[in-house]
Amino acid sequence: MRSDSSLRRFLHGLPGVDQVGCEARAAGLGTRSIKTTSKAWAIDLAIRMVDLTTLEGQDTHGKVRALASKAMRPDPADPTCPATAAVCVYPDMVATAKQTLGDSGVHVAAVATAFPSGRAAMDIKLADTRDAVEAGADEIDMVIDRGAFLSGRYLDVHDEIAQVREACARPDGTSAHLKVIFETGELQTYDNVRRASWLAMMAGGHFIKTSTGKVQPAATLPVTLIMLEAVRDFRDQTGQMVGVKPAGGIKTTKDAIKYLVMVNEICGEDWLDPDWFRFGASTLLNDLLMQRTKMTTGRYSGPDYFTLD
Amino acid sequence: MSRIDVRKTYKLYIGGQFPRSESGRSYVVNDARGKLLANAAQASRKDARDAVVAARAAFGGWSGRTAYNRAQVVYRIAEVLEGRREQFEAEIRASEGVSPAKARAAVDAAIDRLVWYAGWADKITQVVGNANPVAGPYFNLSTPEPSGVIAVVAPRGPLLGLVSVVAPLVVTGNTVVVIASEDHPLPAITLGEVMATSDLPGGVVNVLTGSQAEIAPWLASHMDVNGIDLTGVEDAELATELEVAAADNLKRVRRPAPDTDWLAEPGLDRMTQFLETKTVWHPIGV
Repeated sequence: MRSDSSLRRFLHGLPGVDQVGCEARAAGLGTRSIKTTSKAWAIDLAIRMVDLTTLEGQDTHGKVRALASKAMRPDPADPTCPATAAVCVYPDMVATAKQTLGDSGVHVAAVATAFPSGRAAMDIKLADTRDAVEAGADEIDMVIDRGAFLSGRYLDVHDEIAQVREACARPDGTSAHLKVIFETGELQTYDNVRRASWLAMMAGGHFIKTSTGKVQPAATLPVTLIMLEAVRDFRDQTGQMVGVKPAGGIKTTKDAIKYLVMVNEICGEDWLDPDWFRFGASTLLNDLLMQRTKMTTGRYSGPDYFTLD
Repeated sequence: MSRIDVRKTYKLYIGGQFPRSESGRSYVVNDARGKLLANAAQASRKDARDAVVAARAAFGGWSGRTAYNRAQVVYRIAEVLEGRREQFEAEIRASEGVSPAKARAAVDAAIDRLVWYAGWADKITQVVGNANPVAGPYFNLSTPEPSGVIAVVAPRGPLLGLVSVVAPLVVTGNTVVVIASEDHPLPAITLGEVMATSDLPGGVVNVLTGSQAEIAPWLASHMDVNGIDLTGVEDAELATELEVAAADNLKRVRRPAPDTDWLAEPGLDRMTQFLETKTVWHPIGV
């Protein structure tokens, strides 16, 4: 049985993060040059890893349908362009997205648990989650209670994740995948990111995700590096694989490729798969498509030739 | 003790900044007698790409300025150029080997050309726009709007030629990526320094130096470039190639003009070439 103090002992016993070393390593990996066929491969992989996201108060059913169509056929002019991994929407839009996506294989991810602040009573968060799963969500993106985490109530955070995971269960015995969002921009230190990663993995999260995209800074290379190290070490110790999803602020193909290089260097090829690594992004997809078009046609493309979303 | 020379590094002018070429290359620029004058940055296709991105980003803001304001800014370029005329005269004399009087005349002409075009900014609409008569109770108004991002291959004649092809595009609200004359790139970069300190927003004019045969095809085929001015292309085969590449997204193309007399009054066609006419109907009311 876990207790607050046993969790604290464990989490505070994790080795501290060398901030300067971590940032230097992340910057160093960002300088790798990926060209020609490797670049083409990386672009297609990155497209397959995108969780195409719309999380706005102004979202409409029409916009979600358009986004879902784009997720299935990102580049209508080129049938060889792969589909994205998922679309990521608010729970009330899950049914709409599911209806458009059908059995295309593109998943529907829903942000639940009073996203993005997470400030709601537990039963409301659980109801939010169950609603989304019932509506057909394949994946649930939950936010942790940063207040509880920062004030050291690790058991509360742990139990909340575990309970939301239970709420992800479907009547037929299967379960929606659970992504745990830390909002690293609010966690203050790299040590906290490492602790939150372990806490979420121990509580049963299938994926750990950097940010909601609503707080700056969102995903950064050093933060993702720490999370990748955590999932690597977690597999070494328990044999269980956990995915990583940086979200927010990744806008260009160049950025995306830096992340892929880092995944490969820190975790190895096992994680270079949409099941284990995702990008939470909206504008990134268009840049990937423009770069892809540049590689197939040999001329630079422009934003006029891709949908606005 | 003699003083150590402080030599200038000639770089590119992209998005209001002066970066080196992404490729790290440079090329030798000789003076009129074939002696080393300086090394200039040799832009690559990626510099051209970055320049187009900068020009596109600047387009909304620049085309949205009032014509009066654009006129003020272009006039300001002329003012600042006037203040740095000695440097331009020296560069022109060194690169072309002309007499001091000729160099002075060339700078005079370039400054006058800027002032001339600045004056046109708030007048071109009245001249090429129109209130069209229609058979109904409507106003029918045609107004010119800038085409967008225009790539320009600048002609020889380091300062006047460059000013003569860039100024008409800038006053009408277009943003520009210009490939400077390959043999005389130095005044172009110095002109970049003038523009950077003349309230011209970064990205409105971007100056690349290097090989036009290398860079121009990427700009001609670029889908986010709306027009291309081939004035400085002297190789007929290259010009044809560029026109073909430009056809892909139906760019407006201005064909090469090898024998232009840059000292003559230019007329309006350099402005009107890269304007789109928008016509709107509006009920007259009571």
